[in-house]
Amino acid sequence: MSKLLGWRKIPIGTIILEAGSTFEVRTGDWRTFKPVIDHNKCTRCGLCYYYCPDGSITLEVKDGKIVKVDIDYYHCKGCAICEGICPVKAITMVEEVK
Amino acid sequence: MAKVIGLTGDEAVAYAVKQCDVDVIAAYPITPQTVIVETLGEFVANGELDAEMVHVESEHSALSVVTAAALTGARVFTATCSQGLALMFEILYITSGVRAPVVMAVANRALSAPINIHADHSDSMGARDSGWIQLYAENVQEVYDMIFMAYKIAENRDVLLPTMVCLDGFTLTHTLERVEMLDDEVAKKYLPPKPTYPYPISAEKPATYGSLALPDYYFEFKMQQQDAMNKAKEVIPKAMEEFSKVSGREYDQFKAYAIEDADVITVALGSTGGTMRSVARELRKQGYKVGSLTLRVYRPFPAEALMEALSGAKVILAMDRTLSFGAIGGPLFEDLRTLFYDAEKRPLIADIVYGLGGRDLTPAEAKAIFKYGLEIAKSGRIPELVKYVGVRE
Amino acid sequence: MSISLPKPEYLAPGHAACQGCGATLIVRQVLMALEPDEAAVIVTATGCLEVVTTIYPRTSWRLPFVHLAFENAAAAASGIETALKVLKRKGLLKEKKKMHVIAIAGDGGTFDIGLQALSGALERGHKFVYICYDNEAYMNTGIQRSGATPYRAWTTTTPVGKKIPGKPQFKKNLAGIAAAHEIPYVATASPGYHVDLIRKVRRALNAPGPALLHIICPCPTGWRHDPSKTVEIARLAVQTRFFPLYEILYGRKYIITMPVPKPLPIIDYLKLQGRYAHLLRPEMKGEVEKLEKAVNDFYKWLERMAEATKDIPLPSWYHV
Ligand SMILES: Cc1ncc(C[n+]2csc(CCOP(=O)(O)OP(=O)(O)O)c2C)c(N)n1
Ligand code: SF4
Ligand code: SF4
Ligand code: SF4
Ligand SMILES: [Mg+2]
Repeated sequence: MSKLLGWRKIPIGTIILEAGSTFEVRTGDWRTFKPVIDHNKCTRCGLCYYYCPDGSITLEVKDGKIVKVDIDYYHCKGCAICEGICPVKAITMVEEVK
Repeated sequence: MAKVIGLTGDEAVAYAVKQCDVDVIAAYPITPQTVIVETLGEFVANGELDAEMVHVESEHSALSVVTAAALTGARVFTATCSQGLALMFEILYITSGVRAPVVMAVANRALSAPINIHADHSDSMGARDSGWIQLYAENVQEVYDMIFMAYKIAENRDVLLPTMVCLDGFTLTHTLERVEMLDDEVAKKYLPPKPTYPYPISAEKPATYGSLALPDYYFEFKMQQQDAMNKAKEVIPKAMEEFSKVSGREYDQFKAYAIEDADVITVALGSTGGTMRSVARELRKQGYKVGSLTLRVYRPFPAEALMEALSGAKVILAMDRTLSFGAIGGPLFEDLRTLFYDAEKRPLIADIVYGLGGRDLTPAEAKAIFKYGLEIAKSGRIPELVKYVGVRE
Repeated sequence: MSISLPKPEYLAPGHAACQGCGATLIVRQVLMALEPDEAAVIVTATGCLEVVTTIYPRTSWRLPFVHLAFENAAAAASGIETALKVLKRKGLLKEKKKMHVIAIAGDGGTFDIGLQALSGALERGHKFVYICYDNEAYMNTGIQRSGATPYRAWTTTTPVGKKIPGKPQFKKNLAGIAAAHEIPYVATASPGYHVDLIRKVRRALNAPGPALLHIICPCPTGWRHDPSKTVEIARLAVQTRFFPLYEILYGRKYIITMPVPKPLPIIDYLKLQGRYAHLLRPEMKGEVEKLEKAVNDFYKWLERMAEATKDIPLPSWYHV
């Protein structure tokens, strides 16, 4: 938890100036199952990227082509949408060991 | 030489708004405010005012439009009264909460039911806790002048609070009076520079406006608003003083007549102040020690200045043109009583409720009110804490 | 339409939406339609999306974002669109990118309490895009019925009782209401079909006036479905004709963008959602049939409209 600031310290009017600051929130803690990509199976079609509600699938792109698909485990909530979406079943949900 | 023309209160608002280089106007018609919107509409249609009129489908949307528009740094204006102000109620708090420096003219009109189109202050008084600055005009010249001052105050970076300029329905909105205009150049120099908001919406600095604050932060934002109101107490007299300089018309948070040695002082908002003053003047001639005060700034309540001005009186009569059902008295009365609670020398303070739904306060009634005050001064006793003047039993 | 990947992530993760939330999924897809030289001011109504993305002191938004109230998203968007226009005209706007205004509201904020402000804004012709993410109930306040809740769906205010099994009314036709304003562009979309959805947003952004997108929004929490099923359900809604995908141009021309000649049985759609669990009981067969008939009747009417208006030419901005 960040330190709570007093009213003299924060900008007025409920405004938040740091765009996208929820990025620091670790929603990965919500998971009970985590998606794992089998990179040998993955065709890098990019479909899973379009269907993640949490923007937790990252694409590495070179010359307009996807070269790597990864899961951002810091944010991924483990909904398993990507598992169902993948046309070649390259994603499997495996139980989290904590 | 400044131009002098005859204007009604509504027209005066529109002429001032035009000179304030407003960018976005949104309003919905309601008597007796309608002429403001119509006149502004004409200015825009004729190209005399480079602004956009948003012809909204309700007052709720009118205030939503201008509040959102203000966040871009544009100068905005709206006007309403009565039912329209009541419909805006939800957004009033949001405008002040997001600190949008909206200026709104309120053509004071009674609230339904029964439906009525005439003046009283029940509409704006209902909004007194909404975080808006409230200015009340006594005559058409003040209406005109207050629009400029309202922008000066609202957009002040230490304030950034929405501001209402209240003018009595018909008595001011529809009465033609002589108005001394400000030169465009003078007006321009007086007004703050744009953007009117310190964090204007921008793609380069994408900010979030109107976020959700839970118990861990809500209170802090409300404290900021309170702080801004406190700062407004200093900014308002300065804005008025500066306006006095550029216009040659004397402005202060209130307009007092013969209060220095008065035993009885009436405190009123709006056009009634004029009536009370002329009657006080007459009574003075007859040797009665009475005075009158017209309060131009109601929120933030100019407590210290009022205390100083009124402390010599034996009796203060609060003139409330509204009812606060079930309360001890009207809002002005309660504010004044609270003000003097800790004073060493406490005047007797009584409430006069009058003029609801546009009922005239006659000079005879005004005279009787002063006489009533003198009686209290003499007996040292308030017979009725709240006296209802001009109503039939 | 350029599909250069990856797109900027305008909605940062770390927000508090439930697992598998359709609303945040929709927003991601919607914002993928923005070109690199464009930006948008996002204006939302009170509701799930606003709440889960802007809890002070953090925000998920990487675009300017404004929230004022529940029923005034269209009015607030009108204000911003107007202000940006005036400021630009007066040379006071210092934006390098083209600024769009995108209002986003739930079904409650659109079909019900926000309908008046929406109608006003559409009639006035502001150049903005209005997105309704329709999760078919007031989710933020705990799943109460709205004018968008379907026939016989369970919500906390349309419980499944012995006498009344779920909502007795059908849902409003929002696209029809919007189209009656004869605005350039109205479309329905599903986050199960991202290409179609993004293309429609692109058309909406290109349209020379107001545009409205009505997007079906599965909500695991309120619909009582497994979070992994969000996309599957969003597709089944289309494949069963429960939520047909179409466009209406200028209130006149109808286009079915994803024809469903052979619909799947509606039960395939219903059975994945706990809010329809009671419809699986044998005695509810008649109710399911009633729903299926209504859905098919509407689809056939759409087909007739599309056929009858097929000769109306497409405007140039339509092609993306
Ligand atoms: C004027 C007003 N009435 C009621 C509410 C309470 N409220 C907040 S969000 C909401 C429901 C939102 O439903 P919807 O628009 O469908 O969005 P969802 O939460 O489902 O995404 C309600 C009833 C409010 N904030 N303001
Ligand atoms: S499990 Fe859900 S949140 Fe995680 S990457 Fe897959 S789609 Fe995204
Ligand atoms: S959908 Fe499957 S194949 Fe396509 S990029 Fe994702 S993991 Fe790879
Ligand atoms: S209740 Fe539904 S719409 Fe709201 S955040 Fe959860 S999944 Fe999304
Ligand atoms: Mg909803």
